[in-house]
Amino acid sequence: MGQFGIGQPLRRKEDPRLLQGRGQYTDDMNVEGQFWGAFLRSPHAHADILSVDLEAARAAPGVKAVYTSADLDADGVPDMPCEVELADLAGAPMWKPMRPILARNRVRFVGECVALVVAQTQAQAREAAELIEINWSPRPSVADAQEALKPGAPLLWPELGQNVPVHWQNKPSTEADAAMAGAAWRVDVNIVNNRLVPAPMEPKAALASWDEQEGKLTLWAPTQGGRKIQANLAKRYLRIAQDKMRVISLDVGGGFGMRGQTYPEYVALVWAAKQIGGAVKWRADRTETFFSDYHGRDQVNEAQMGLDEYGRIVALKIHTLVNLGAYMAENGPRMPIEGGGRIIPCCYHVPHFYFSVKPVFTNTVSTDTYRGAGRPEANFLMERLMDAAAEATGLTRDEVRRRNFITEFPYKTPMGYVIDSGDFARGMDDAMRMAEWDTFEERRAEAYSRGYLRGIGVAAFIEAAGGRAPTEDMRVRAELDGSVTIFSGSHSHGQGHDTVFSQLVNEFLGVEPASVRLVQGDTDVTPRGSIGTFGSRSSMMGGAGIKMSCEKLVAKGVKVAAHLMQSEPDAVTFSQGVFRAGASEMSFTQVAQAAWDATRIPEGMTPGLDEGHNFQREAENFPNGCHVCEVEIDPETGIAEIVRYVAVDDCGAVLNPLIVHGQVYGGVAQGLGQAMIENALYDAEGQFVSATYMDYGMPRAHRMPFIEVGFNTVACRTNPLGVKGAGEAGACGAPPAFIGALVDALRDYGVTHMDMPATPEKIWRAIYGAQFDTQESDGIYAEVT
Amino acid sequence: MTTKVTLTVNGQERSAEVEPRTLLVELLRDQLGLTGTHVGCDTTQCGCCVIHVNDKAVKSCTMLAVQAQGSNILTIEGLAAPDGTLHPMQEAFREHHGLQCGFCTPGMVMMGVDIARRLPGADEKTVREQLEGNLCRCTGYQGIVEAILSVANPGAVKEHHHA
Ligand code: FES
Ligand code: FES
Repeated sequence: MGQFGIGQPLRRKEDPRLLQGRGQYTDDMNVEGQFWGAFLRSPHAHADILSVDLEAARAAPGVKAVYTSADLDADGVPDMPCEVELADLAGAPMWKPMRPILARNRVRFVGECVALVVAQTQAQAREAAELIEINWSPRPSVADAQEALKPGAPLLWPELGQNVPVHWQNKPSTEADAAMAGAAWRVDVNIVNNRLVPAPMEPKAALASWDEQEGKLTLWAPTQGGRKIQANLAKRYLRIAQDKMRVISLDVGGGFGMRGQTYPEYVALVWAAKQIGGAVKWRADRTETFFSDYHGRDQVNEAQMGLDEYGRIVALKIHTLVNLGAYMAENGPRMPIEGGGRIIPCCYHVPHFYFSVKPVFTNTVSTDTYRGAGRPEANFLMERLMDAAAEATGLTRDEVRRRNFITEFPYKTPMGYVIDSGDFARGMDDAMRMAEWDTFEERRAEAYSRGYLRGIGVAAFIEAAGGRAPTEDMRVRAELDGSVTIFSGSHSHGQGHDTVFSQLVNEFLGVEPASVRLVQGDTDVTPRGSIGTFGSRSSMMGGAGIKMSCEKLVAKGVKVAAHLMQSEPDAVTFSQGVFRAGASEMSFTQVAQAAWDATRIPEGMTPGLDEGHNFQREAENFPNGCHVCEVEIDPETGIAEIVRYVAVDDCGAVLNPLIVHGQVYGGVAQGLGQAMIENALYDAEGQFVSATYMDYGMPRAHRMPFIEVGFNTVACRTNPLGVKGAGEAGACGAPPAFIGALVDALRDYGVTHMDMPATPEKIWRAIYGAQFDTQESDGIYAEVT
Repeated sequence: MTTKVTLTVNGQERSAEVEPRTLLVELLRDQLGLTGTHVGCDTTQCGCCVIHVNDKAVKSCTMLAVQAQGSNILTIEGLAAPDGTLHPMQEAFREHHGLQCGFCTPGMVMMGVDIARRLPGADEKTVREQLEGNLCRCTGYQGIVEAILSVANPGAVKEHHHA
């Protein structure tokens, strides 16, 4: 590796621009003469729309148009589908509803779009939306997945006759039951995995613009790479040629998995822009963003694990409920089955595995992909089971894990995925050593002498990265001025692609990162086969695409260099940016510049070094790691302070440690947020009561620890760069590490598990609950408000 | 009904016609075209909008444009030297990887400058507490805290693991 190449902690190229306020986020964009859009949203969790009166709104000052589902229906705009196909064991397919872009006759969650007002100013649009008169007939509602299963629960889709669209199972439970019956120990864990709001700092926004002359629509929106949204908007909703729809996302203020979807607001806005023949801008406030961005997690898991007399797992049975929300989002039911299913049962060898999943409809906004998308839930469940197994068998927490780690690779999981590599025991050893696990009891005693409770937790986890779509399209062009341009299919919304991809170009072509330019986030110029960024796929999919493109550039460059140096291509070598033939040499830049001159290249050759590659992956990669968390609880307040946090990660070959660690820090903070304070809460009436930053517990700097990081690198065997993803690891490791530490600290109070978020109130009640009778004493399971 | 406000923004006198309800951040972004200052919420929680008003950090979403009449405003666009040299706090954010998506960054940097100026020698705990009103969803705050410490109290920066 050179000064700027693979493995160097190069400082980010994008920073000077972003640090000076020169970012180009969606709300920074404006089109001359633009109108403003405002959505009227449902105030009810469940209600019939008996009548709609738009007259007052249409007559309000500045109003250009008011649209409802009737207008979309009249133009034949279809409803939104879920893309997931599932079946039960008998082969009966999952029942799937469609979601109208604007609600038709009935609303099913608070915040569902009902009408779109287009006016001259934002204030006028919002004021007019309030003048729309709707005659509602409220219906009973249900927001909680367990409640929705009870007999007599309100039905979201009466035509289905229940709230469960499929009962998916990996196989009948017979074998697991038999193995379980013979187990020496059985442990049970029941978990509520709390619903989260992804909450990127950039609120949702969009600007849709119709260009009459070109007959073309442009949408600026905070996406994770717009190609799929472009295709959806053009082909499905507007029925125009794909190239007549352009999607632009230059800078995006965070994605975390839930900004890759085609949201109904985008459809309504581009359609409206075309109707009025102009531009419509929309800026959601924070509450509207919380209402309408898809949420994450929201599972209920009941699991039983059987172990033999040596503490080895013999069987595992998991029953999962996943709260889908009112509709099925693009990927909704995929979360536990494919999201988590790719790795479940995580780092451990399980001979007999039974897995049952019931997706459940409720009167809430849809759930979909959020940082980890099913893997944090799976890892949390497994790690709680392993701690329970340690408790039951009397083995230490690390020993019971060690006895069950997968150690031989490639390893085929019970769900049929193949993990290529890893060294889980070494990762755990490293993390425990860095965290000084051995001397923890001394620290516990010292804290106790001061009146504080200390606990330590360990969590091993595995992740799957580089999925779902198996291809990515990248293009690299050497420019006439000596610079290199990367046309990227994958997309940065904070991950630092400009920096890392430039390092790769430096590694493969010898061009300095400062002379490399990244073009991304504009469907007019990014490669046709581009997919985007999600599931920690950019290092593997984008990175490999760049490597392959660069190899093609060099192969062509060799021919040009041979021609220029009057040699045979076979006699030309290329290394560290220099072509050599005998005693002559030319830099990559010299050859690349010459290659544009038709008089200086071999006859018949197309000028220029400009090559693309559509990388097809062989397999996903499996990042993994081990986190150790140490907490100190003040029993007077219930506040658990994280006094030590160690994260050891195997993310394969490290392209830039600065950026990998940044991903880990951010993921850990989101995982700790889930474990400590975040909770997307709907009340009994289905009102979403945590819809602002005042009510939703965002992790803040003073509750977050200083994180010590280490690498336990095992290069991935199934991709050209040897990389594994890094984006979701933190969110997988942090929840079980923190809850494990908490339970360890509270062991003397009879606590064996605490559901997330483990707020100070819950912790305080766990300590003092025993001294109070009646209601307070079961407060540990009470809902946090 | 609009009112004319005149203020100094990044060293230049600017004036604009604003409505009584226009927020200072709206004046900056929508009327003066200074889109570096961001809006992340509507409840004064996130700090994406922090600027300096008369040398003090202020959430520009929580002040009316008319209240800024005659004041001296510094936004993220005016922090670097005229020749483009980054302010030491901007440089520190880059060095310590204090930003990812960049959306919270302008507010964080302006807050960081304010913290370092008010509390030289602040320790890590103090810096973290001072950031109570600034949210970041990407970084886990680690690089941000390191960056601010490196300016306010260089000796307090923990050993660097990135080389
Ligand atoms: S925009 Fe959130 S505090 Fe000002
Ligand atoms: S860098 Fe993305 S919100 Fe802070």
